[in-house]
Amino acid sequence: MLTYIVRRLIQSVIVVILVTILVFVGMRLLPGDPIYMLLNPNQLQNMTAEELDKLRQEAGLDRPMAVQYFEWIGNVLRGDLGRSIMTKSPVVDDLAKRIPVTAHLGIVAFIVGTMIGIPLGIISAIRRGTWLDTLVTTMANIGITVPTFWLGIMLIWLFAIYLNWLPVMGYTSPFVDFWLSTKRLIMPVFCLAIFPIAANARQARSSMLEILRQDYIRTAWSKGLRERAVIGRHALKNSLIPIVTLAGMGISGIVGGSVLIEQVFNIPGMGRLAIDSLFQHDYTYVQGITLIMTIVIVTSNLVVDLSYGWLDPRVRYN
Amino acid sequence: MSQVKNTPEINEQPAPRVQEWRRFIRVFFSRGLVVFGMVLLVIFVLTAIFGPLIAPYNPNTQNLKNTLAKPSSEHLLGTDFMGRDTLSRLIYGARMSLMVGVVALGIAALIGMVAGLMAGFYGSWVNAIIMRVVDTLMSFPMILLALLIAGLLGGGLQNVMIALGVAMIPAYARLMCGLVMSLKESDYVLAGKSIGSSEWRIMMRNILPNSFPPLIVLVTMQIGSAILAEAGLSYLGIGITPPTPSWGAMVNDGFRYMITNPLLSFIPGLAIMLVVFAFNMVGDGLRDALDPRLRGTI
Repeated sequence: MLTYIVRRLIQSVIVVILVTILVFVGMRLLPGDPIYMLLNPNQLQNMTAEELDKLRQEAGLDRPMAVQYFEWIGNVLRGDLGRSIMTKSPVVDDLAKRIPVTAHLGIVAFIVGTMIGIPLGIISAIRRGTWLDTLVTTMANIGITVPTFWLGIMLIWLFAIYLNWLPVMGYTSPFVDFWLSTKRLIMPVFCLAIFPIAANARQARSSMLEILRQDYIRTAWSKGLRERAVIGRHALKNSLIPIVTLAGMGISGIVGGSVLIEQVFNIPGMGRLAIDSLFQHDYTYVQGITLIMTIVIVTSNLVVDLSYGWLDPRVRYN
Repeated sequence: MSQVKNTPEINEQPAPRVQEWRRFIRVFFSRGLVVFGMVLLVIFVLTAIFGPLIAPYNPNTQNLKNTLAKPSSEHLLGTDFMGRDTLSRLIYGARMSLMVGVVALGIAALIGMVAGLMAGFYGSWVNAIIMRVVDTLMSFPMILLALLIAGLLGGGLQNVMIALGVAMIPAYARLMCGLVMSLKESDYVLAGKSIGSSEWRIMMRNILPNSFPPLIVLVTMQIGSAILAEAGLSYLGIGITPPTPSWGAMVNDGFRYMITNPLLSFIPGLAIMLVVFAFNMVGDGLRDALDPRLRGTI
């Protein structure tokens, strides 16, 4: 078990390093020089080539790519993600403000996606062929196909503009005003959670149906156990493995989805920052954000892998 | 001869291939939702192909005297903020969506299949290198990866297709690698080896054709994902460059006029949803008809 954990940890670190290299090199191949972004057209016209070179030197962009990378990764290990090319402010400071916002949104969406999706799928499997099953299956099929940004806009129209029940957009910290924060979070969380709800429901349903056909479930029924015992004690735990995998993979979807949803609802989180900095070619921000997002996803994958053993003792880590 | 004609057991027995085809049709069309998806898909593809013939107006012709018009007999779905006909833009948008979906999938499937085939067939270090790269790409959410690549290349139709294509390679590489590793152990590959077939011949003649069914299912389902991702990119402004009509950009354009004209955002979004739904349903149907064992794996 320990060997397995160590090996998976090393693999995860390799993946994170590869991602940082890909993003680092990729960002520097982007068309457009970030130095031009710093200056307005008037300033740019008056600048000589030497002055532009000096600016580039100050930002550290004139050195070989490998040197820049090792310096950056060295600083990252010391907890310094560099300074913005545009604003010169430390990336860590800005991320420290943005991460809690995205984390708040993402964690609530993950909990909602899991807590609603899995029970829906299980109920649908147990009541197979009924109207409830048809309803859940149809809704799940719609849920995995709906464009989330469009859903967000439609919700804004219905609940904020037409019915005037919820605030249109924006974000308030729960520590400032819990009630307002919750009201503002309802729509974005629903948009982010719709895919996990649908995907978890589908997976839970098919996984449960598979388990319900097993011999030991028939044995449990024939012993005269009540439905709650058969489902809760015998079927549920065994059907959890594929569900946990999917729910874990859902974190990646939530991280990716936050980019779109934060844009729709004007939420000042990491996703929005990622888009803004990508447009402005602010290398240090894009690198910092992708690093954090990758670490979150890789860690969630690791936790999913390790949870197999707890859920199914037959799984041996070799 | 006449004796042969009179033996019904021999003559009425349909060829196995015909029977297989019939079974495929029967299973495929047995679910209402799959049939519904198929109908939607046919409508979508026909609209995309014959767009220029059925669109009532040029999608880019502006009429600033008639902006944000409500639906009327002249403009069935109204006009946008530049007075362009929404229906015509929707029809041309279908062409763009289909083109992006098919080309992106072409790129992803081709590169992914070759990479997966290599990794699965040769194993050892080839597998290790390819699969680590695949793991790396997979650790990114697809939309973020496509966003980075599209940002890297700059927007536009061609670059969006490349970005989405690259972002979807890992799924194919991983599926193909798994398939090849199990097919490699099959008897017919062993038979091929024992009669001295070359590695190339075994890959092309024995392994590749047998891995097609799951690949076809994945391609069908992923076209929907590609269309959805393209819409997301265009919504963010990194996708297809205006004024070329794109459903995602239409949703974004309409957002500003939400209070006065909610249809402008509603219609293109609904179109995206229906098309993605259609591809998913047809993919589901194909999976059940081609190989029900794939249920839960794709």
